[in-house]
Amino acid sequence: MKNCEYQQIDPQALPTPTPTPPPHHGNDTEKKKEPRRPRRKWEVFPGKNRFYCDGRIIVARQSGVLPLTLGLILVTSGLFFIFDCPFLVKHLTSCIPVIGGVLFVFVLITLLQTSFTDPGILPRATPDEAADIEKQIDNTGNTSYRPPPRTKEVLINQQVVKLKYCFTCKMFRPPRTSHCSLCDNCVERFDHHCPWVGNCVGKRNYRFFYTFIVSLSFLTAFIFGCVTTHLALRAQGGKGLVFALQESPGRYPLVICFFSVWSILGLSGFHTYLVASNLTTNEDIKGSWSGKSGEDVTNPYSHKNIFINCCSVLCAPMPPSLIDRRGFLPADESAQTGSADIELPTLAAKSEINVVGAAFALQKSPSPVETSLPAVAPTQHLSAACC
Amino acid sequence: MLGLYRIRPNITVSSKVFIQRDYSSGTICKFQTKFPSELESRIDKQQFEETIQTLNNLYAEAEKLGGKSYLEGCLACLTAYTIFLCMETHYEKVLKKIARYIKDQNEKIYAPRGLLLTDPIERGLRVVEITIFEDRSIGSGR
Repeated sequence: MKNCEYQQIDPQALPTPTPTPPPHHGNDTEKKKEPRRPRRKWEVFPGKNRFYCDGRIIVARQSGVLPLTLGLILVTSGLFFIFDCPFLVKHLTSCIPVIGGVLFVFVLITLLQTSFTDPGILPRATPDEAADIEKQIDNTGNTSYRPPPRTKEVLINQQVVKLKYCFTCKMFRPPRTSHCSLCDNCVERFDHHCPWVGNCVGKRNYRFFYTFIVSLSFLTAFIFGCVTTHLALRAQGGKGLVFALQESPGRYPLVICFFSVWSILGLSGFHTYLVASNLTTNEDIKGSWSGKSGEDVTNPYSHKNIFINCCSVLCAPMPPSLIDRRGFLPADESAQTGSADIELPTLAAKSEINVVGAAFALQKSPSPVETSLPAVAPTQHLSAACC
Repeated sequence: MLGLYRIRPNITVSSKVFIQRDYSSGTICKFQTKFPSELESRIDKQQFEETIQTLNNLYAEAEKLGGKSYLEGCLACLTAYTIFLCMETHYEKVLKKIARYIKDQNEKIYAPRGLLLTDPIERGLRVVEITIFEDRSIGSGR
């Protein structure tokens, strides 16, 4: 009855637990006979991202022009502090390097946070979920040879919104979610993929991005103003503007700032408009809510109040990262037996399987609680050893 | 999709039910309260709806816009968001509360009926996964 050998095993004596690994990993061939070093989930992440510091930092695979952005900011600010500040401190006020310093630190921190934070990546659907959705799609009664259109319509605040099915992630994308082809991930509240920061901008890092461009506008404008003042003062006191320009290497920040301040100011203005109307760049470009097709469409996500829109975008509670980069994968012994397509509740819920087992057992007859074991082995043992 | 993972000689995972998200109020985290037919023989409709409704209320609390969240947001902005590195956010605190609630529900209500709720955060807040276990013990006619 209940005297199969594996039931008697003391759960405490077992090595690392061995349910099947989560199915969204690269390929099974990696898992054949590897030593049982516990691996973290970021190591088998399916998207095109790179991870550093053991999963704490996430960036897109192509870093884009992030080094250039960093370089420009560092060089311009460096030149400003070295060549313009001493003169301005002497002739104007010592607040100038202080303000410049604060802005510079702000810009740098927010830039790094935008680049290194998970933008709101949605983990891909498990095989069970995907199969469940496929079942629903086929049950629409459509008997044509072509697969039925993979969109679903939902009503959000009395507005019809189409949800698209993502073939890569095998799920219907939530509203405002888009699949970034550069990162190969679905990102919530997808704004755009920014090559300057080398990452997508989405729900979780939009506030960092917005703070970055606003503080960068202030910094650029501030440096531009200070350098202009510096050169003007020099020109007054000395032999004219041209000589002042030739003399001081402080002219380089002027040039860089002159060309960049307009585009950065423009970008800040554009994003301020987006924040105030609770829109994303993606929606604005596509014209989702502008009523181009003549229908009466309004943005269903807007709170109809500029202040509340701004607060909900910038000051809402910080959503958690859904991809659990630093979580441990269950040890993968059973993957060899080919049962990898069966999904089990993860490690955290493992104890609950015991609860279910125990709860059932209590209803039938008392027997020891046990842990889960590799899939095929107990079946074989059962047929051999069980009575 | 049937999973035949045998964890005891008499308990088998027979199927899974997925409670999808309800987007009628926007992008906030909310699950559909429609009672799935596969659970009809296992649990009361009212009990199920109460569980899902409580979960929805907890997620609403996590995402609530109010004076406290604005204050937290403004403070974070002033410190260039570095406080997120050292402080547990309001959302994370509520997620822990949700995890405790689900564990509690599993122990008291769902496990005795051969069901198991999976915390939605482990599925990317997409679905509430309910695993249905079947008892196939030899000679037990369940």
